[in-house]
Amino acid sequence: MKSLGNVRRSFTPWADGSAKPYIAFENVTKRFGDFTAVDNLTMHVYEREFFSLLGPSGCGKTTLLRMLAGFEEPTSGDIFLDGQPLKGVPPHKRAVNMMFQSYALFPHLNVADNIAFGLRQEGMEKGAVAERVDQMLKLVKLEQFARRKPHQLSGGQRQRVALARSVAKRPKLLLLDEPLGALDKKLREETQFELMDLQEQLGLTFMIVTHDQEEAMTMSDRIAVMDAGTVVQTGTPGEIYEAPNTRYVADFIGNVNMFEGRITAVENGLAEMEASDGFGIRAVAQPGVDAGKHAWFAIRPEKVDVTRTKPEQDHNAVEGEVWDIAYLGGLTVFNVRLDSGAVIKATVLNSERAVEDPIGYEERVWLSFDPDCGILLER
Amino acid sequence: MNLFRRLTILVPYLWLLALFLLPFLIVFRISLSEPVLAMPPYAPQFDIGEGWAALRESLSQLSFANYVWLTEDALYRNAYFSSLRIALVSTFLTLLIGFPLAYGMARASEGLRPILLMLVILPFWTSFLIRVYAWIGILKPEGLLNQFLMSFGLIGEPLTILNTDTAVYIGIVYSYLPFMVLPIYATLEKMDYSLIEAAQDLGCTALGAFWKVTARLALPGVLAGCLLVFIPAVGEFVIPDLLGGSDTLMIGKTLWTEFFNNRDWPVASAVAIILLILLVVPIVLFQNAQARAQESGS
Ligand SMILES: Nc1ncnc2c1ncn2[C@@H]1O[C@H](COP(=O)(O)OP(=O)(O)OP(=O)(O)O)[C@@H](O)[C@H]1O
Ligand SMILES: [Mg+2]
Repeated sequence: MKSLGNVRRSFTPWADGSAKPYIAFENVTKRFGDFTAVDNLTMHVYEREFFSLLGPSGCGKTTLLRMLAGFEEPTSGDIFLDGQPLKGVPPHKRAVNMMFQSYALFPHLNVADNIAFGLRQEGMEKGAVAERVDQMLKLVKLEQFARRKPHQLSGGQRQRVALARSVAKRPKLLLLDEPLGALDKKLREETQFELMDLQEQLGLTFMIVTHDQEEAMTMSDRIAVMDAGTVVQTGTPGEIYEAPNTRYVADFIGNVNMFEGRITAVENGLAEMEASDGFGIRAVAQPGVDAGKHAWFAIRPEKVDVTRTKPEQDHNAVEGEVWDIAYLGGLTVFNVRLDSGAVIKATVLNSERAVEDPIGYEERVWLSFDPDCGILLER
Repeated sequence: MNLFRRLTILVPYLWLLALFLLPFLIVFRISLSEPVLAMPPYAPQFDIGEGWAALRESLSQLSFANYVWLTEDALYRNAYFSSLRIALVSTFLTLLIGFPLAYGMARASEGLRPILLMLVILPFWTSFLIRVYAWIGILKPEGLLNQFLMSFGLIGEPLTILNTDTAVYIGIVYSYLPFMVLPIYATLEKMDYSLIEAAQDLGCTALGAFWKVTARLALPGVLAGCLLVFIPAVGEFVIPDLLGGSDTLMIGKTLWTEFFNNRDWPVASAVAIILLILLVVPIVLFQNAQARAQESGS
């Protein structure tokens, strides 16, 4: 397995103003009839990047991939691949391979022939084809199934054949539409690492659609969170999680508590907010946060402390009653009901949780957090 | 095994026995007889009432002389060959027209498909005979086609199409087109269009994807359609009789002449039996091949 740390940390072409994007969507709009599937979208992806598209069903992820692969033409706007405009270039002339969400395996060919299809198409010689097919079968752990026809495979096995077939040609750009959705957790994690390995070894660019945010977090250099045909935020997994730019993104990735309120003052980079739940919040004020504005304070459950005694600070602390306790192995999740009726989540690591006399159901507790633990959002 | 299941399996066998095997045996037996001027016009006749010896005597009179005769007279050989040739060419032409039709139907919008299907089946509402007769009106020298072409100045004088092999081809292609279109449509309609995209994604041109995927997946439908056209076309009688010329030689017409004009039932029966063997053997071989393909997982 690869050393995730050091290689990745230095890989930030998007931060380098002079770097040339490998894929560039420029003001791309795609309409089906009068329905807008992709809405004036601009997005840049860099060479060798592992880029994830995340978003609810129907937000246009597959449509984006299909435009890159050449099965749909944008209604307006341009797409560039390695600086070249893609307009009018037929799918077979694009150095792009796609794994289809529906797999699209050839029913008349067995697993090995399905994987070999693209290799034979490009005229690779026989021995090399066999070697590559073996390698791919090994990657997806289907060595014993080479002679089976697609209809003799399980859903997860079919998905792996589709994955192997799209990777086999080692395209410069690989588009994966929910490549691991049908696999069990263990196989999925193994395949994730294999894919990351392959991507890095061969220096490929991956664009992947997934519904699994944890998967996106683990694998990606950057994630684009989409909503209704637009990209709401693009950033590294850390940025997306720690500094979401909207409530939508904060809510979409992971768990989050949201406090609504009005900013009363901004001083020394700190904003004071009067939360509608009846307590004062002090938080780091990003540029644009001004007194008098309506805002939301978002904080992750693991950043909220749970104590029996009232904390010393008079802001960022609120009292409530333990409503529910969920034990999740490594963590315990407390659902605490505030007097306003809102239910707030707080997670506590079990290694830090008091073993003797733990906090129990229906106990009155105090929730508190530091000013830099959450983020103020304007929309 | 329960009785009911056995009985249900029995039904098709009884059907085959009553409607295929028995008539076949009767015809086969007639083909081994000799023509006579009597009613029925062949001998010997079997009469159980006259006892064993007479029956054995009758049986010994049966012979394969008619089959030998068929091989000796070039007329029959030519008729068989010409029938096979005409059937083969028409099947090919039907495929050439039928495949694009079926493809177009399968790719049409979902709402349009039932209407198109209806249009393909519509001709069956009119009698086959009447439809073939109608072609005489279209193809004859002063017919619709020639009038149409001449009014546009495309030809100077009427084309002779009626009473030629061309007219027979037109007649067969027209009459049997639905039998080609329907099975091909059935296979194409359930094909997943994303397979074509996958093939193109993996480096096929649009045409390459068509051959490697569409055509390959439509193959069972194409074969079924070809058999459905070829088999009846070989024995076709009405179309060559009405549209073909005096020199259009087809085995169906020969059989008709032997049976009704010459009243030579035994030779007519022998002609029919050989035709049957010519057609059944390839079908059985084809079905075996298909079953084997199915087993290896198609
Ligand atoms: N060929 C088409 N004709 C009409 N509408 C389409 C077509 N293809 C996609 N759409 C619509 O465009 C929108 C985006 O579709 P898309 O397949 O890109 O969604 P997605 O983000 O991939 O969703 P999922 O996560 O469910 O796969 C959907 O509302 C869909 O109904
Ligand atoms: Mg999709």
